[in-house]
Order: sequence, then structure tokens, then C-alpha cells
Amino acid sequence: MMASSYNIKEEDGHHSGSSGPGGNAVRTKKPDNTAFKQQRLPAWQPIITAGTVLPAFFIIGLIFIPIGIGLYVTSNNIKEFEIDYTGIDISSPCFNCSQSYSWNTTTSCTCSIPFSLDQPFESNVFMYYGLSNFYQNHRRYVKSRDDSQLNGNLDSLKAPSKECEPYRINENMPIAPCGAIANSMFNDTLDLFYIDPNGTRTPIPLMKTGIAWWTDKHVKFRNPGGSSSNLTAVFYGTTKPLSWPKPVYELDTDPENNGFVNEDLIVWMRTAALPTFRKLYRIIQKKNSLTPTLPRGNYTLDIVYNYPVRSFDGRKRMILSTISWMGGKNPFLGIAYISVGSVCFFLGVVLLFIHHKYGNRNNSSDIPN
Amino acid sequence: MLRRRLNRLFGGDEKRVDSRTIYVGNRPCPATETFIPPKFCDNRIVSSKYTIWNFLPKNLFEQFRRIANFYFLIIFLVQVIVDTPTSPVTSGLPLFFVITVTAIKQGYEDWLRHKADSEVNKYPVRVLEDGQPARKDSEKIKVGDIVEVVEDETFPCDLILLQSSRDDDTCFVTTASLDGESNHKTHYTVPDMEKDLQSLSATIECEQPQPDLYKFVGRMHIYKPEHDPAVRSLGPENLLLKGATLKNTKKIYGVAVYTGMETKMALNYQGKSQKRSAVEKSINAFLLVYLCILISKAVVCTTLKYVWQSQDGQDEPWYNQKTEKEKGTILYVKMFTDFLSFMVLFNFIIPVSMYVTVEMQKFLGSFFITWDRDFFDPEIEEGALVNTSDLNEELGQVEYVFTDKTGTLTQNNMEFIECCIDGFQYTAFSSELDSFCVTDGPVSTFQEKAGREKEELFLRALCLCHTVQVKEAGPDELGGDQVDGPASEPLRPAEQRGFIASSPDEVALVKGAMRYGFTFLGLESKTMKIKNWQNDVEEYELLHVLNFDPVRRRMSVIVRSKSGDTLLFCKGADSSIFPRVRPEEVERIRMHVQRSATEGYRTLCVAYKRLSVDEYAAADAGLREARLALQDREEKLMAVYNQVETAMSLIGATAVEDRLQEEAAQTMEALQGAGMKVWVLTGDKMETAKSTCYACRLFRRSTELLELTVRTLESGGRRREEMLHDLLFDFHRKAVQDAPPARAGVNRSWSSANPEYGFIVDGAALALVMNPSPDTNCSRYRSLFLQICQNCTAVLCCRMAPLQKAQIVKMVKNSKGSPITLSIGDGANDVSMILEAHVGIGVKGKEGRQAVRNSDYAIPKLKHLRKLLLAHGHLYYIRIAHLVQYFFYKNLCFILPQFLYQFFCGCSQQPLYDAAYLTMYNICFTSMPILAYSLLEQQIAIEVLLDNATLYRDIAKNAMLRWGPFLYWTVLAVFQGLIFFFGVKYLFSNPALQDNGQVFGNWSYGTIVFTVLVFTVTLKLALDTRHWTWINHFVIWGSLAFYVVFSFFWGGIIWPFLKQQRLYFVFFNMLSSVSAWLVIILLIVLSLLPDILLGVLRKPRGPHTQQKKPAQSSGGHHQTSDRPLLMRTFSDESNTVM
Repeated sequence: MMASSYNIKEEDGHHSGSSGPGGNAVRTKKPDNTAFKQQRLPAWQPIITAGTVLPAFFIIGLIFIPIGIGLYVTSNNIKEFEIDYTGIDISSPCFNCSQSYSWNTTTSCTCSIPFSLDQPFESNVFMYYGLSNFYQNHRRYVKSRDDSQLNGNLDSLKAPSKECEPYRINENMPIAPCGAIANSMFNDTLDLFYIDPNGTRTPIPLMKTGIAWWTDKHVKFRNPGGSSSNLTAVFYGTTKPLSWPKPVYELDTDPENNGFVNEDLIVWMRTAALPTFRKLYRIIQKKNSLTPTLPRGNYTLDIVYNYPVRSFDGRKRMILSTISWMGGKNPFLGIAYISVGSVCFFLGVVLLFIHHKYGNRNNSSDIPN
Repeated sequence: MLRRRLNRLFGGDEKRVDSRTIYVGNRPCPATETFIPPKFCDNRIVSSKYTIWNFLPKNLFEQFRRIANFYFLIIFLVQVIVDTPTSPVTSGLPLFFVITVTAIKQGYEDWLRHKADSEVNKYPVRVLEDGQPARKDSEKIKVGDIVEVVEDETFPCDLILLQSSRDDDTCFVTTASLDGESNHKTHYTVPDMEKDLQSLSATIECEQPQPDLYKFVGRMHIYKPEHDPAVRSLGPENLLLKGATLKNTKKIYGVAVYTGMETKMALNYQGKSQKRSAVEKSINAFLLVYLCILISKAVVCTTLKYVWQSQDGQDEPWYNQKTEKEKGTILYVKMFTDFLSFMVLFNFIIPVSMYVTVEMQKFLGSFFITWDRDFFDPEIEEGALVNTSDLNEELGQVEYVFTDKTGTLTQNNMEFIECCIDGFQYTAFSSELDSFCVTDGPVSTFQEKAGREKEELFLRALCLCHTVQVKEAGPDELGGDQVDGPASEPLRPAEQRGFIASSPDEVALVKGAMRYGFTFLGLESKTMKIKNWQNDVEEYELLHVLNFDPVRRRMSVIVRSKSGDTLLFCKGADSSIFPRVRPEEVERIRMHVQRSATEGYRTLCVAYKRLSVDEYAAADAGLREARLALQDREEKLMAVYNQVETAMSLIGATAVEDRLQEEAAQTMEALQGAGMKVWVLTGDKMETAKSTCYACRLFRRSTELLELTVRTLESGGRRREEMLHDLLFDFHRKAVQDAPPARAGVNRSWSSANPEYGFIVDGAALALVMNPSPDTNCSRYRSLFLQICQNCTAVLCCRMAPLQKAQIVKMVKNSKGSPITLSIGDGANDVSMILEAHVGIGVKGKEGRQAVRNSDYAIPKLKHLRKLLLAHGHLYYIRIAHLVQYFFYKNLCFILPQFLYQFFCGCSQQPLYDAAYLTMYNICFTSMPILAYSLLEQQIAIEVLLDNATLYRDIAKNAMLRWGPFLYWTVLAVFQGLIFFFGVKYLFSNPALQDNGQVFGNWSYGTIVFTVLVFTVTLKLALDTRHWTWINHFVIWGSLAFYVVFSFFWGGIIWPFLKQQRLYFVFFNMLSSVSAWLVIILLIVLSLLPDILLGVLRKPRGPHTQQKKPAQSSGGHHQTSDRPLLMRTFSDESNTVM
């Protein structure tokens, strides 16, 4: 009996009995003749019929197919070159490095992989590193960061968030930057050399900046105290993440790209969506309009091999890619647009055909909307 | 609520003591040795549920009794306790929102109740203290206080009338606020009361409080110093009820007997039993399915997580170490918390806001019924009334309509048509006062009149045998009998002036007599005056009134004429009169009665009896004794009545026409066309009811009638039981077995080839079917009976007692397929069936307000039922069904990507969407459009619905909420969820999506999916909307705009209270990427494609496409002319074809 005591209906019952709000007014007065109250608001009443939908199918088809073709062509025009330098294969130059890896070594292992480009890369070239089977989107990993610390908050610098566990405190010193993400920052060094036909190695200038979102670099990530000068003092009392070879204030020599505002760190801190991902590493600026950024020919990729991936069966790649207005190379969008456009067009044709042939057909599928 | 329950509980305890004793004026009485002031509750009315102190705990407690709220509370607690992927805010906030909204609503309602209570409780009253009236608050009145009430005041508690300012020791009250009867009722002071109340020393013994407004038994002991205590019986006529208003009487004194929550008014405000709609049952079924989906998802994910973790290096790679705490927990505990975490992650699949939205939809939607001007009746100046909003959609699901006849199908506006005196027929159309017009009807072949004696006797009987009052001109002209009526009410028709009675039949009869020249002048201090043909005033002393009741179906008066004769006049239904008169008189009248009845008139027979002195003395003694009885008074009175009303002689019969309600026939036709079966349940006699059925076109000429009545049962000359058996099997063979198996659901074709059957059953036969003698096969009869009934187009049940009506409704309600039933009636006798049926409709008729008060919906006229069901019911059903399906759909395709994401993040419970999106999705982004839709949608215009009753069949049997449609929506949701997730996943195979080469992360991924989701889900609704008012436009486009604005806002600021700035500029960056735009557009189009395709393939609902043409022709023409030629011809054609 008590169970029924909570329900709207009973309230209504009371209304009619004791004192409904406005109940009396409604009861004695003739209801207003407003369009709303009489459910007669002027309304547009579209009806889905073959007549209205078929043109839409054709229009969608006619719009999507060109877009798709455009996308596909654009995607195909993007030059992309990819090298797996994990060194799993015994023939790979990096095989030794991948095998002999240990955390404690201070001497870094280097290897270099030669490759050649068949076609010149005309515009700006973007250099990515790619990891596979690396779960940057694991929940424990994603939340293991302290954005307030990275934003330069001095309290958080000294007392990082609990989310950073077990990468929060090392030897009674707060870790800066704390957390699993920062701790596992990608620390291979990749360098690119052009091999002249005469055999000389010309280093290709790689730009370290412009690889992170502008807002991240300038707002979301800030060094403690706001200044980029004298970072050593600012970070005094903190310790470097466990697996880093050097502290955060020695990431770069450029004071605008050091500490928390180091763009490599910022890029790494933006956790990837899928276990196979790529991240922007460097940008190769086009020098002038006459010569291609990367002419065709032979190159070597010099790797300072620091980052271990074999333990979790991962892969490391280096990707060189040009970029179009739609981003990197991805044929998916173009194909999808073409298929959807074609399907629409095809459906339009089929429906038109059916419609003309069996004018008065009524498909009585009893599925209501 | 609790208090009331406690009261009832205590009342139950007190019941052991059958009566309470009240000391008038709270003075001790000489007879009682010790005066113990008895404890009664005070006169405070508490209709409020809460006080300020207990509001919060009590309201929360009541809200969490709801299974859904409780579920979300559990989820919230899990989030607080266990380390879960989403913060407790995500589910806490919606829950808080829901709880708060409900609490505010209930608090506001309770505040109104508090206000109303204190208005009543603080109302100033005058209580007699030491002979002087003293002002007091109403709540201070104690049982036993003598209260003074002046004219037009309402009684503050239940009072026994002690003294009235009127000379005849009566007072008039109206009980309009109690039962809606606006006529003046006469109440009497306790007989032989002394004038000096100050010296009055008396006790009242009366029954414990009980809710029946019309029952009261008590006894008053008056103590006088030098006499023996005098005993007076008290009945309902002495009791003035709280809430009634004093009229035509300057002032009265009464002693309080029941106060506060024990008054009859308070006892009558009880919560009605809750009715649940079929939609709610569907919701619960769907919820169960979703709960299973939820659990299986969680199980799958938990399993996969541990499978994945068992692979080398996946559980704890070097870059993602576990904390000490995680390492420490036992595996099984960890598995269990993981399971809970997944539950929390996916719990949004069960829509928290659906309940709020459904309730809001019902609450707001019901206003459209009250607002509807078509339901406004200028005569009573009232529109429709909605007592519950829970059942709106049930109006669109009705399969059986049970209707009362009198006052519902018919107007209950009686007109005297003809009478028959001693076998001769007279019609009432003669305008001359003194002459009878004898018609030579088929019966009365003789151009002859009955004897003058008989005529006069008949007319006297009509004038005397009733409880009609003559309305007085006004409070200032007390005692001025005015038959011609006061001039102050020019609006009333001339004949209507002056008479007030509880039953319109009586007024019609008195007025009929007036036309024949016998005018009832009024009742004054037990003397009835009538003016006869000679304009002489005859006076009769009214000795006893043997009240009418529906069981006896007759009433009598005992009067003494001037000449000293004691006469008993009795009028009543033929069946109750005929056995009590001399049989040889019956035959002459019976033919008339039957003929009148077949013409649809209500017939009454009039009989009289001359009582000898001894007989009267015996009757008088019996009546007085019975009236004094405290227990079983009713039974005892009944016995005496039956004893007195015997061996009478029949004088004649009257026929009163009860005209059909406006558009009764059209309404019934529409209901039948809509596939509803109409059953007429009436207390009236078979012939009258049958003719009404014909008039309403429930029976047609072609209808073959199957009669199962006392008459057919007795015609064979065999035992009733045998005959019943034979008839039942015979009818069953005819109606059920021989009928072609066209009954495939309610959607059977309305072909005229099938013979139509009408079934007539009366109360006695029904009683035989329902409660047969023990040797017969009871359940067999019932099922046979039910099958016959269900195969007939119309069923007429006549001579029904109120309880039998409910019995029939219950039988149909519980039959196979549990069809939705609707009862409509206007009188107190319909209350039981109104309460029993799924939907109870009250007609605001003339028989008082009881039906209206107990109904779920009240309408002024029967004709309004058509719009209520065909238009409102249909629309509400479509709206709510769509609402429910849509809610499940949008939550499934909301959560499915999140589920799929688990396969790509190591089943780590990583949420795909940001917490803000998780929280706001159901509250803000997608809730308003569906609410607007569910209030405004008219897929088919109201006019079309009214014109095409058959459209109602499209939604019969919960058509839109069956498993088929549910499956369709679920498949659609799964399809869209897959598209959302994998579409974006393929895009993210290269996450460099901006033209500066920068890459997107997991929150961008989620945001893109979410954007596609919000747009698709909203546009899906837009596609389903067939009725775009500006509100729909505003809400749909507004929601989308709000989403965009909110995302900018949410991502535009570093929020200091957030631990992680996950969405910082994510949305902005997403919009700066062309690829993201393109994929969003692509996925939206692709997701909506199947729906559009089905929209084309499906036959449009109803014939509105054709009929709508003129209304929107202008827009349509523009469209066509803009299109290329080929398209134009095609689309023009298609509009007519499809």
C-alpha cells in the first residue's frame, strides 16, 4: 500500500480534491483558443515519399561521387614513405640494438637504415614515428597524468595528483612530469641524411617546433612559474621520470621548447586513439620552390635506439609523408564517399525503376518508423 | 499519508468498540456515573504529505523506492566506491537532476496542499461556549462542541443538526463540493429538541467514522432532570457533512460528531488504486532486454580483458605499471570490480532520463485534453477534466468500451411523454390544462377514458409519491411556495422552474402531473399541498417516505388525507411492482409498459394501497423501530418496506422519454469502426435498453440478436439451468463456431459478409452464468459466455447491478490477450466499473459527481469520447510509443561505440566520450527534441483521425511497442553504432587529419563519434517528425546549436575544477580539420540512409497523403516547379500513387 504512495497520479488525485494549481481556472473558463492549446500550430508537414526522396538520393549521389573522387585523388597524390626499424628481423641493421637493450646502459645504441625514395617529395614533408601494439589508450595509462602540474601549477609540481601512481614519487621526490604517459615518452632520436650520388651525407634539417597544437603549446602546457628561463631552479626539488635519461628541463636547448612546453613531450602527452598510431616528430620545411624538399635518391635514417618495444611485441616505424588539405594519406574517405555516393545513386535508379514498373506497389512491411 | 494510515489503523482498533459516545457541549450527563472526556482527533485537516522537517528524508525515501531510481543510486554508489572509468558525477548528476525535479514538483504540490489545509484549518468558526458564540479557528473544534453556522458557510466538521432558524426544523444544504449534486437537500433537526441549547444535556451514540457519505446511524439520549432519558434516532438526514454548504437557512446549531481526518469528506479522499498502462509494461520488458544486453556486454568485456591480459607482456607492459594497490588485490575481487566497472561504463544504455521524460510528457500532454475547446460544453460551462495523466496513451489502445445507458448514451433529461391509467393511454401533448387527450393507439382501441376517480387518484399519486422540493425564490422569501418559479432565473425553460430533485425522473413526473392539472405546491412541515383541477388546495400529511434504492427499485410514501384516510403510494419499475399488486390488474398495464419500453421510454408503474388503522399502526411501529436500530438498520428497514409494500393495486404507468445524447449514434458508429467493441451495461430494462441500442446504431436491422435473459430462459418451460446450458451452446455454435475465422486479431476486416450478432443478457441470467449452482460446470459457462460476447459486434447487458457491471468488466479485462477496456458512465452506479476498467471515463452528467471524481478522465458529453479516443488517444499513443523506442534506440547507439572501443583499448574500461558528454547526452543534447516531438507530433491530422475511425486499428494491440518494432529500432541502433565507431576508426588509421600534419588523439576520436551521434540521433528524429511547428524547429536546431556552443565552451577554457583538461580545444581542432567534417557528414548520411529508404518503401500511414494535399498545395507546387522536368512528372505521379 505504501508502495503506491509515490506516483504522479496520486498527486493528481489530490489536485482534483483539494486545490489543484489552476484547476479551478480550467474548470470554469472556456479554454483559450490559441493555436498551441488547440494543437493547431501552423506546421510544415513533410512526407517521405519516393517523390521527395528520390531526388535526394540522386543529389547525394551526384555530390558524393565527385567529392569521393577528389578525396581519392588527393590521397593518392600524397607521398608517403614508411620504414619499420624495430629490428625484429636478424637482417635489420637495428637488430642488435633491439636485442641488447637494457635500462641501465648509459651508452646509447645507434643504428642506421638506408633507404631510397623513388619519387621526390615536393612540398613540406612531415616526419612521423609510429608505434604498434602500444596501448596509449589503456585506461590506467590515459588517466596517469597531472594536467595541473603540466599547466605550471607549483602546488601540483611538488605534490602531483594521485592519478600519477605509481609514477608519482621517486625517492621521496615528486616526479615532474609525473604519470605513466610522461614516463614512457618516446625517446628514440631519428636523423635523416641525404646521400649524394657522390656519397656524401648531407644532414636534412628537421624542425622541432610546430608539431604540437598551438593551444597545447601556449595555454595547456606551461612551465612552472610561467617563465622558461632558469628551469633548473624551477624544477628544483623534483626528480626526472624513471625511464628518462635526463630531466625535463634538459629536453632541449631552446628555452621556448624546453621543460613542459617541449613539443615532443606535448605531442606524446596527447594520447592516441588506437593501439597502432603515429605521432608527428619533425617537419622538413621546403627550402625554395625550385628544388623538391626531398629529391629522389638515397637516404639513411640514423636512429639512436632507446625505446624498447619488444617486451610487448610492439613495432616502431618512421614515416615520411606530405600533407594535403585533408591531412595525411588515407584512401578510406575517398573510397567511402564514392561507395556511399554510388549506393545512393544506384538506389535512386533502382527505386525509379521499381516505381515506374510497379506503380502501385505497396510494400507493407509492418515496421513502423 | 502516514498519519491517515495510522488513523485508519487506530480506527480499525476502535472498530471493536462499535460506536462512539459524544457528550453534547462536552458536559457530563447525569446518567453516566463518571465523565471521562473521550479522546478524539482534532479538527485539523492534513492532506499534505510532508512537513519541512521530514520532506527531504521522506521524499528521498519514496523516490528511491522506484526501481529505476534505485538502480541508478546503486550505479552511483558503485562509482563512488569502486575505481570506475567514469567519475561518479556522470551518473550522479543526471540522478540528482531527476530526483531534484521530482522533489521540486512534489514539494510544490505539497506546499499547495499545506496552503489549502491551513486555509481550511484557520477558517474562523463560532463555537458555543457557555451559551455565547466564541470565535475559534476551525482546527480547534473538538468533538462535542456546539458549532454555529450561518447561511452560505460551509460546515467545518460533521455536525448533528440541533437547531435551525427555520420554523419547520429543517435546513437546506448543497453538497456540490462533496458529490457535485447542486440541488438543495433537506436535513432535519433532531426531533423534539429543546430550544435552549445551553441547558441541553445529552449524549450521542453513533457509529465509528466511515467514508460512505450517505450512511449514518446514531442515537441521541436526552436527559431531563425530571424525566426519563428520551431517545432519538439519528440518520443521514440529521448529519451535516463537512464541506457541504448551508443554504436558505439563516443559521443553525450543530454538535460536532466527526472532526478533522475522521470526517466523511476526509475519509473519502483516498488514493485510488494505481492503474498502469500497457506502455509501461512494454517499457519494463524492454528494460529487461537492455539489462541483459548490459550484463552480457560487461561479461564479454571482463572475459576479454582477462584473455587479453593473459597474453605475454599485455597485462603490465613497462610503460604502464600497476599501482601497489592494484597488484595487491585478489584476482577474483579484481574481476568483480572490473565487471562492476564495465557495468558503470555501459549503464547509460538504460536511459535514466526516460522516466522523467515520459512523466513530463504525460503530465504536460494531458493539458491538451483540458485545453481542448471541442470538449467544452457551454451548457455546464466546463471542459474535460484529467484526473490522471498516466493513462493518456491507453486511450489509443481501447478494445472494449463499456458504456452506461442513462445519462451517457441518453441525456438523462427526462420528458414526460405519456401515461396509462387503468389500461387507457394518455399523451402529454395536450396543452389544455383540464382536458385529457386520449389517443387511439394500437392498444387502446376504445375511445374511452378511465374513470375520473382513477385519473384523479393517479395524478395524486404522481403529485405525492416523490421527494421533489419546490425551489424557493431566494433566502429572503422563506416559505413562499412558487410553482411558477421566480422571475430571477429567466434562463431556465419555463417548465424547469421550481422543482429540485435528486432524480430527473421525478421532476418529469411532477411536471407531467402539473400539465394534467395537478400541481404540487410544496412540502411544509410534513404537509404536502397539491392543487387539483378545481384549483382547490388539498393537504396531505406526510407520514413516511420509503426511500428509493436501486435494489428495491421502487419508492413509496404514506400520507394521510384530510378525510383521515391513510394511503400508501408506490412507484417503481414494473418488475418490482407487478409482483406486489393484484395479478388481474397487471395484464392491462403490462402491454402498455412493454410498448412504451420498446419505444425507448423509461416506464414506471404506479400503485396505491389504502391502509387501515391497524395496518398503519403496525407499519408505523415497524418503521420507527427499524429506524432506531443502530445495527443492520438497512436490512431491518428493507424488511419493513417489503412488508408494507404488498397487496397494492395498480393504477397506471408512466412513460418518460430519455433523449439520446447528441451524436450518440455517430460516436458509437465511430467507435465500432475503430475496431472497438461496445458493450452497453445498464440497470434499465431490456426493452428500453434495446431500443436505445437500435437508436444508437449499435444494433442494426441486419444484426441477429441472441438473447440470454430471464424471458428466454423461462420460455421453454424447463429449468433455468438446463435452458441456460442449451442456449449457451446454441449461441456459441452460432456466433463462434460457425463464424468464419476472420478474427485474426482486432484488425479483422470489416466485411459485411459476416453475419453480425448482437448479444443481450440480463442481470439474472448473468448471475446464473457467473455463479451457477454448484453442480454445473461453472468455468465452462463463463468461457462460453465470454467467447460469445467477444464474437458479437455489440453486447447489451441490462438489469445490471453496479457490482455486476464491474464483474463484466473484470471478466473481459482478464480474458485472453488481456484487452484494454474502457468504461464510461455518469452515475454513482457506474463508479465500480469505472474503477475496474483500464480507463475510466466520467461523463459530467446530471447524476452527481461521483463518477467524475472516480474517473481517470471526465468529459461533458458522450460525443467527446470520439475525439478523446480517436484523436487524442491515437496521437498520445504514437507519441509515447515513439518516445520509448527512440529513447532505447538513442542510448543503444550511444553506448555501442563505447563498447566496441573496449576491443581496441585492451578492455580497460576506457570511456570513449568525455565525462561531460556522457552526462549531458541524455539531459541536454537529445532530450528536448524528443520531448517536443512527443508533445506536438501529429503524424495524421486530427481531422483525418476523426473522419477515418479505421486508422485507430493501425495502432491496436500495442502495435508500435511490440517486439517487431523494438527489434527494428534495436537493429537500427546497432547498425548506426557500428557505423559511427568503425567509420571513425578507419579515418583514424592515419590520425594526421589536419593540414598542418598534426595528429588527433583519443579524445578527438570520441568527440567525432559523439558529434556524429548527436547529429544522427537528432536528425533521425527530424526525419520521423511529420508535424513541424516552430517549436520543433526551435528545439531540434536549438539542441544541435547548443551542442556546438557547449562543446566550444567546454573545450575553450581550462576548467580549474577538472583534474584533466581532456577536451581542451579538441572540438575546435576537430572543426578545423576538413577530413573530420567530411567523415561526419558521410557517417550521418550513411546512418540515416536505411531509414529514408524504408520511409520510401513503406506505405505512408493512413490516407493523409491525399487528404493533406489541399492544405499544403502551395508549398508542394513550388517544389515541383523548381525541379527538373523529369523529376516533376515523376514526383507528381508518386504523390498520388504512394
